[in-house]
Amino acid sequence: MSAFRLRHPLVTTIALVVALVSLVPLGFVVVVTLQTGWETASALVFRGRVAELLVNTALLELVTVPITIVLAVTLAWLTERTDLFAARVWAWLAVAPLAVPAFVHSYAWISLVPGLKGLGGGVLISVLAYFPFLYLPVAAQLRRLDPSIEEAAASLGLSPVRVFLRAVLPQLRLAICGGSLLVGLHLLAEYGLYVMIRFDTFSTAIVDQFQSAFNGPAANMLAGVLVLCCLGLLALEAALRGGERYARVGSGAPRVAVRRRLGRWMIPALLLNLAVAALSIGVPFVTLSRWLWLGGLAIWPADEVGFAFGQTMLLAVGGGLLTTLVAIPMAWLSVRAPSRLQRVLEACHSYVGSLPGVVVALALVTITVRLFLPLYQTFVTLLVAYALLFLPRALVALRASIAQAPVELERAAMALGRRPVVAVRQTTMRLAAPGAAAATALVALGITNELTATLMLSPNGVETLATKFWSLTSEIDYVAAAPYALMMVLLSLPLTLVLHRQSGRASGA
Amino acid sequence: MSASLRRAGTVGLVVLAWAAAGPASAESAGIVVYNAQHESLGKEWAAAFTKETGIPVTLRKGSDMEFANQIVQEGAASPADVFLTENSPAMALVDAAGLFEPLAKETLDQVPDNFRPSNGHWVGVAARSTVFVYDKTKLAEDALPKSMLDLADPSWKGRWAASPAGADFQAIVSALLALKGDAATKDFLAAMKQNVTPYKGNSTAMKAVNAGEIEGALIYHYYYFGDQAKTGENSKNIALHYFKNEDPGAFVSISGAGVLASSPHKADAQAFVKWLTGKGGQAILRDGTSFEYAVGKDDASNKALVPLAELGYPKVDPQSLNSKAVTDMMTEAGLL
Repeated sequence: MSAFRLRHPLVTTIALVVALVSLVPLGFVVVVTLQTGWETASALVFRGRVAELLVNTALLELVTVPITIVLAVTLAWLTERTDLFAARVWAWLAVAPLAVPAFVHSYAWISLVPGLKGLGGGVLISVLAYFPFLYLPVAAQLRRLDPSIEEAAASLGLSPVRVFLRAVLPQLRLAICGGSLLVGLHLLAEYGLYVMIRFDTFSTAIVDQFQSAFNGPAANMLAGVLVLCCLGLLALEAALRGGERYARVGSGAPRVAVRRRLGRWMIPALLLNLAVAALSIGVPFVTLSRWLWLGGLAIWPADEVGFAFGQTMLLAVGGGLLTTLVAIPMAWLSVRAPSRLQRVLEACHSYVGSLPGVVVALALVTITVRLFLPLYQTFVTLLVAYALLFLPRALVALRASIAQAPVELERAAMALGRRPVVAVRQTTMRLAAPGAAAATALVALGITNELTATLMLSPNGVETLATKFWSLTSEIDYVAAAPYALMMVLLSLPLTLVLHRQSGRASGA
Repeated sequence: MSASLRRAGTVGLVVLAWAAAGPASAESAGIVVYNAQHESLGKEWAAAFTKETGIPVTLRKGSDMEFANQIVQEGAASPADVFLTENSPAMALVDAAGLFEPLAKETLDQVPDNFRPSNGHWVGVAARSTVFVYDKTKLAEDALPKSMLDLADPSWKGRWAASPAGADFQAIVSALLALKGDAATKDFLAAMKQNVTPYKGNSTAMKAVNAGEIEGALIYHYYYFGDQAKTGENSKNIALHYFKNEDPGAFVSISGAGVLASSPHKADAQAFVKWLTGKGGQAILRDGTSFEYAVGKDDASNKALVPLAELGYPKVDPQSLNSKAVTDMMTEAGLL
């Protein structure tokens, strides 16, 4: 295997280069901290304000994540394992909130309840905006579970609740850990959502500092603390995930689980699903419709909306393609030539996606303005930022589809005289094309809704739907902001459908 | 190189070429303005100027201090031709770094002495007055603070709002610093940390006062007039309190414009600043919906406003406003 890899120095080199670029933001934080000097750095880090932000951020994580887990697992269980009426419809509705950017959720809520603020508001909106990230993997896992374990547990006399707690829940551990990590990282990274309801987190404070002093030491030190929080979450998840095996051992295929009858619980279950859908989809839908109705045709300045739409599409497609392209070598290596080096490279690719946009942007602003001035405020830098932020998404989609392409085809092509890279292109890459398309779509979805990095890095004259929406809501012109919110939702909708279908496919459904 | 990599390389190059083409095409046409003014006012100005002169204007939206520090770091390579702010401290910062091109005499002559720095490196283009907006259903006139410094009193704890991260508020603090000195400013900020409810943006703070969430807010005057001219939905319960008597809270902040020494389009940039301070630019302040004060000699402001001459504002040399000290002090006080 290793001889095979060494015959592909080019692929490894590309993966190495991408990994090194991925390390730039982290390296930047370290270098700046060292440059700032211990005295200044500690004065900026060990102060009341940072403690305040830490408490806010910790409380947000500690309250939001457990609520999200309970909600997502309940909904997933109801839609996947019970005879819930119209279960497929509820399953779709549980994913749909993803089509609404988090800061649009916030906008909808603040329009409806203008007094909403602080931790309570933050938890409410975060749960509604992010629970699908947990629902998707948990539902997929539930669909895949072999019912025989539950049956064995039941035959040993455990009550249904105990069967769930002792036989089902442990098998959901991976899905719950992964989903919680995703939610947790989003809570750290999110900016717009919390600004609107006046809840200060590290992300909002860094942007405040940025707007008061550009890339001053205070902003960079806050970024350093935020990076530590992210790494802490990653470590915590790795520890909780544990090393147990969850694969089914034995021959044959698992049966499809029998759906449990809800009986008299049917009505409460339906009410719960209805309530969640009303809060997570209904509220944005109603407020958006209301603002659009109030604004009428006057809020549709075709040239401005069209311009922002065009720029957003351009960035989303360009960024999506670029990110997928640079992720291919790594994805291929991790499936076909696993090794210690590959695992290190892969970690470099993956960790950067857990950094908030504000940190990556701050790093790129400072580096380009100080060292690579020609790249400063260009599309190149913005696209690099997008690639760094969304690399893990592309990697996940690509890896799964490359893994499904049989390596024998590559070998056969090589035996027939194709050079290895040609062989890979003619066999695996062709088979993995749907995965690449999904990767591009996932990244494009992220770019469409990205706010902070775009605000800080975009070239002069560039306005995306997200930045335009943001500047209008900052002037509390909620009516004029509505068309941009609508366009973002419309753009995200098909991509969300892709996501849902993909999770279904991964589980073989 | 293999075929697949060549193809990948081609796609990559196309993406990069297209990416590189973006800013280049923006640079070749007209001037780039770093606009920290309200987006709507900046756009109105730019559109009218382009219509009159045929010179295209590309606006970049940001905030005062972000841009000022950005320009200092960009130095000679700054893509900006003109810097347009809401307040003076940002202008003073760029000027202190020696990055402004002196303005043409005709431009300076259009604005009275007290609305521009004496060195003529930049010029005032509009002005805004500090006010205390308050919920008139909750606060009687005799319960209002006599001075902005009264808001530091413990009796005001939790009762007033501001937008400390905004350049507007930081300009007020820099005026306080210039008028009352280090110690008094630090004391005020420390007390403010205890008393204030922070909001993001002046409009948001005003909206909160109107909604009865808080009794008052220290902001600039025109948010109120702007809302009144629209639906009044966010200001119907509000009244304005002007501190007057040369109180720091009566500070009139000057929005500035300057041409960057690094600009490759100096003639067009000078023309833009001259136009802003001339009849065309000032008429937009008088007739438009920005409700900022006009500062041109003999140029009238919007009729809805209390005239500048009646505001009793303190005399502060706009050049003396120290933004760096202010952000450091505010960071130290835990407000940032």
